[in-house]
Amino acid sequence: MRDLISIRDLEKKEIESFLSESSRMEQLVLRQQSLLSGKLIASMFFEASTRTNMSFQTAAKRLGAKMLTFHTGTSSAAKGESLADTIRMMDGYSDAIILRHPYEGAARVAADLAGHPVINAGDGGNQHPTQTLIDLYTIKKLKKKISDLNVTLLGDLKHARSMRSLLYGLSMFGAQVTLVSPRALAMDNDILAEVKEKFGAQPVQKQDVSLRGCDVLYVCRIQKERFSDPYEAEKMQKDFRVDLEMLQGADESMAILHPLPKVDEIPPEVDADPRAKYFEQAKNGVPVRMAVLNKCING
Amino acid sequence: MPLTVQKIENGTVIDHIASGAGSQVLQVLSSHYPLSKMGALIMNAPSKKFGRKDIVKIEGVFLEEKVANRISLIAPDATMNIIKGGKVADKHQVKLPASIVGVAKCPNPKCITNLERAQTAFSQVKEGNLRCRHCERLFKPSELA
Repeated sequence: MRDLISIRDLEKKEIESFLSESSRMEQLVLRQQSLLSGKLIASMFFEASTRTNMSFQTAAKRLGAKMLTFHTGTSSAAKGESLADTIRMMDGYSDAIILRHPYEGAARVAADLAGHPVINAGDGGNQHPTQTLIDLYTIKKLKKKISDLNVTLLGDLKHARSMRSLLYGLSMFGAQVTLVSPRALAMDNDILAEVKEKFGAQPVQKQDVSLRGCDVLYVCRIQKERFSDPYEAEKMQKDFRVDLEMLQGADESMAILHPLPKVDEIPPEVDADPRAKYFEQAKNGVPVRMAVLNKCING
Repeated sequence: MPLTVQKIENGTVIDHIASGAGSQVLQVLSSHYPLSKMGALIMNAPSKKFGRKDIVKIEGVFLEEKVANRISLIAPDATMNIIKGGKVADKHQVKLPASIVGVAKCPNPKCITNLERAQTAFSQVKEGNLRCRHCERLFKPSELA
């Protein structure tokens, strides 16, 4: 029994174990399992979510667990009850807690308080470890390896938590990472220094897109709400839009991934391109989260 | 004419504080120990090492670890002199500990420790920077002071 709070808490061999367990779960996903039969899992989403919430619920049900769903609007959280008190209570009712919360570090606090496993489903701009596991699993499944792949991360690398965690995971596995973003939205130097020091990674930073030789293109949204000038945001989005014209220069075998939801950084016509793998990536959320639930609860 | 400050008999002298940081050190001390204790802040004293330095002397006070940790954030190069019977009984350089728990506030306003009741904790990483255990952001020691 263990918590899953941050990708930083995981050694490479532990991530490999999650990935191989995900592969096993994928074989089992369409058959009802009883691995978590009799278990009750609390799903506590203090923020909006489609894929994370739904795929965790699907994963739990596929494994035979029952879900306790917490609604912030109708709970005592709306009356101002602290997260700590809410966690203590839900820990008393359930066998594990899945938590999404807007405060950075909320899952760590929950894990300190709860006796049952806590799984971080996103804590503000900090961590979303199951998304990183899904990304690594998808890349490994598509390309049969992660090391030495040329992976380009494109978009708002400053604000997207998924990009920071993914850079960490890719660097751990020895991928060659190119970071493409507007200068103002470049990846923080802290994380660049960290992956250099810990893994000897040498990510390359660019402001222009060149997809020749790229094995995986991972796109994220330009967060327009963070710009004071909407015109400037629109211009950046246009320059970094992954459309069919941009994809002409890319290899046929390249995979396009995106954590979703996508807005207009990838136009709908790209969805039909065989290189677009983001819906498959979202689907992988189920076996990966089955693996996470099973390993965290059953050990 | 050189300035003369009375010696202390039993207490602590914090030397080699960067010039200008002495008042912050005094503020930390006064938040932990009664203001009735005799103390002195010497500002801009000549220093071979730094050119200018601040010195804080406080009678009857031996710093607890928690207080010494707070001071290490403000004055990472300071020297701590423990005075007993008018003599230096121990002298050591302030050391930034591997972890700092319940001492400093996280500068990230979105960190849970600023929004709910949770004890702060930071661990030292490369080049003396400190990572918040909760929001995982990196800070310089001076940012936590």
